[in-house]
Amino acid sequence: MSDVLDRPAAAPLDDGHLKVVGTRPIRPDGADKVTGKAAYGADLALPGMLVGRIKRSPHPHARIVSIDTRRARALPGVKAIVTAADFPDLASEEYEAGESAANLRDLSLNVMARHTALYDGHAVAAVAATSSAIADEAIALITVEYEVLPHVVEVEAAMAPDAPVLHAHMFTEGLAARPDKPSNIAKRNAITRGDLAAAFAEADVIVEDRYVTAAVHQGYIEPHACVASYAADGQCQVWSSSQGQFMIRTYCAKVLDLEASDIRVTPAEIGGGFGGKTTVYLEPVALALSRQSGAPVKLVMTRDEVFRASGPTSASVMHVKLGARSDGTIIAADVVLKFQSGAFPGSPVGAASMTALACYDIPNFSIVGYDVVTNTPKVAAYRAPGAPISAFAVESAVDDLARRLGMDPIALREKNAVRDGVKASYGPTFRNIGYVETLEAIREHPHYAAPLGPNQGRGVAVGFWFNVGGESTAAVNLNEDGSAVVISGNPDIGGSRASMAMMAAEVLGLPIEKVRPIVADTASIGFSMLTGGSRTTFATGMAVTQAAQKIVEDLKRRGALLMDVPVDQVDFVNGAVVCLDPAKGKADLTVAELAEKAAQTGGPIGAQVSLNAQGAGPGFGVHVCDVEVDPETGHVTVLRYTAAQDVGKAIHPSYVEGQIQGGVAQGVGWALNEEYIFDRGGRMENAGFLDYRVPVASDLPMIDTVMVEVANPRHPFGAKGVGEVPIVPPLAAVANAVRGAIGKRMTSLPLSPPKIRAAIDAG
Amino acid sequence: MIHVVAACSSCRAFTGDATQFAVEADTVRRMIDELDRRYPGFGDHIRRRMAIAIDGEIHQDALFAPLKADSEVCLIPRIGGG
Repeated sequence: MSDVLDRPAAAPLDDGHLKVVGTRPIRPDGADKVTGKAAYGADLALPGMLVGRIKRSPHPHARIVSIDTRRARALPGVKAIVTAADFPDLASEEYEAGESAANLRDLSLNVMARHTALYDGHAVAAVAATSSAIADEAIALITVEYEVLPHVVEVEAAMAPDAPVLHAHMFTEGLAARPDKPSNIAKRNAITRGDLAAAFAEADVIVEDRYVTAAVHQGYIEPHACVASYAADGQCQVWSSSQGQFMIRTYCAKVLDLEASDIRVTPAEIGGGFGGKTTVYLEPVALALSRQSGAPVKLVMTRDEVFRASGPTSASVMHVKLGARSDGTIIAADVVLKFQSGAFPGSPVGAASMTALACYDIPNFSIVGYDVVTNTPKVAAYRAPGAPISAFAVESAVDDLARRLGMDPIALREKNAVRDGVKASYGPTFRNIGYVETLEAIREHPHYAAPLGPNQGRGVAVGFWFNVGGESTAAVNLNEDGSAVVISGNPDIGGSRASMAMMAAEVLGLPIEKVRPIVADTASIGFSMLTGGSRTTFATGMAVTQAAQKIVEDLKRRGALLMDVPVDQVDFVNGAVVCLDPAKGKADLTVAELAEKAAQTGGPIGAQVSLNAQGAGPGFGVHVCDVEVDPETGHVTVLRYTAAQDVGKAIHPSYVEGQIQGGVAQGVGWALNEEYIFDRGGRMENAGFLDYRVPVASDLPMIDTVMVEVANPRHPFGAKGVGEVPIVPPLAAVANAVRGAIGKRMTSLPLSPPKIRAAIDAG
Repeated sequence: MIHVVAACSSCRAFTGDATQFAVEADTVRRMIDELDRRYPGFGDHIRRRMAIAIDGEIHQDALFAPLKADSEVCLIPRIGGG
């Protein structure tokens, strides 16, 4: 079931008479996907293509003493072998390649270890051979001599003064004075407001707890995969599954010291990303192998490699203390976040800090975050990076506070909610937000008043994400029959092709079937930042809309020429140029008629727009979840789930519902089952979907959605990003429901049956 | 005078205990230049690592965005996503 709650829109093009935007056409990529014809990263085959394999460290921390490739090179069919010696030794430099900055030295060292392997699964060498069997044999013939070093996996253990240090050059940033010795704590950040000690002294009720979350993987179905070809003239081509072909181009150029202009990257269909495909692992290696062999090289990760060597998100340890007056006014919050970043700095603790209290108007608070390196895979972005983790802790504490105060959990959140004009905990003043409306949507939803049975509990949690804009390019071209092609540079990970086509169709007055969206390679469209941050429908959609509007202006000019009237005497209405003066007796000219006569009025009709979109509106979600706990087994069944979200304007409501439902599904998995499990030797024990359990359809109820539409005035149709908010509340919503069912607060995720049984047994 | 708030700890490496500033500027670039004049190196830090919220709207790489005389400008870490 789905509901849409409307508030009058302030968006420029939403006049209440939209014909395409807001409808539910069939998705343009649907037929290929359901018939198995979509071409994913591993599907491309080129003449003479070689098979690549990567040799990975079996140790979580080891000095690489030597790598002997001689026996492997002697194996017939082996065409190339690369190690770190085949990559430039890059200096430490922050470089932005599509969304947020990465340190190029760390990026390169993650692609291929140099001197030191920093986690189990870290790449140390790669081969290209004429068959999979030969490549596998060659990998086995490469001899790596390691000096095994002490390792550390747990975040608080890595922060201890006597912990094994991963990087001798790393001194904690963000302290008052530079420390005198290196540390695994890469950075400390802090956001503070007011007088915390005085506020806690005034509080009538204080709740406090320590929370733990495990590292979890994005769990995309399609493993990382690419084909790379390095031609004799130095021109390179890469076909890969990623969230940004321009990001792949830039990082390949930097890691291999090539010119970006010599690299053309074609995006494959992508089988899920969720943030995990916003960096490179395979592409530079495949290019290096192709350069050495002179043949195209395909590299495809196994699922084991995906888990061991591509980014999960952080494990964490958090402390939250809240103080409130007896009327429910929260007056103090103290939040400490310790995030595992993996082998190199860069956990999402900064975003987690900024989002932790973003739903609340609290006058006194301190949020301190620590970014901590460990001998685990370098974390990568995962949907609203960091926000679900800090929300789990804060929303659990707010739930405890409601229980202590005897207040309804929605009423407590409404009492402390941010509204337009309130200064966010991370600084700016909120404008055009729909948080209170979203809380109201859940409060008034039948789910919230439905009765519960024995061993059942209901949990509520809220979540926030900034959403971003950024650089995008889009082109719209009219075909001679009046249909249109929309070309963008953003891989479609969540329905952007549909939303792009719909916005173009709306502006051009065309039926959606007449608009075909295409995702182009880096040589065929101007630069776009990657698909992430819930930015594409907002930012690239803005570019598409403006390009379509330019075409409309051009059509008016051409129509006026053909009608032989001044251009100010025509308008564009319902897909046709019309003469405003009926006395002239001019017949309307449709888009198809104008396209057919394009040669007579100046040639082909098309427009391209590049922009840097600003003003993405933040999103809020409010979720309610019912669970039943089996007291004998500790198994949790999610009985019912309803998610409300301020979406601005749903361009394609089915996709928005899908985004919300997908975020909830991933969040439920994070809450109940998913975790990286390491043995005492620092090796991941459950690197496969049999032992790393993501939710399947039978684990979930139908997830009901409520789309609250508080328009973003900066977007032509009022859209806000929707893809990340829905994964923020579920961890706490489920945990709060379990709290209601068993009467005990569970503070460590996942809430697996053994933990719940242990809590029940403890009495 | 625009009112600039730089509450996050990375800014304090340049500004010490100061977190709020009154600046005479009509664009983001001129605001950054003025802050860099007061706190050498701060401008580069803002350009590379900070997003700028102008009256509540977050901007990135918007050097020429206009500022009104009473604008509230918040410097916050750049935001990525997943």
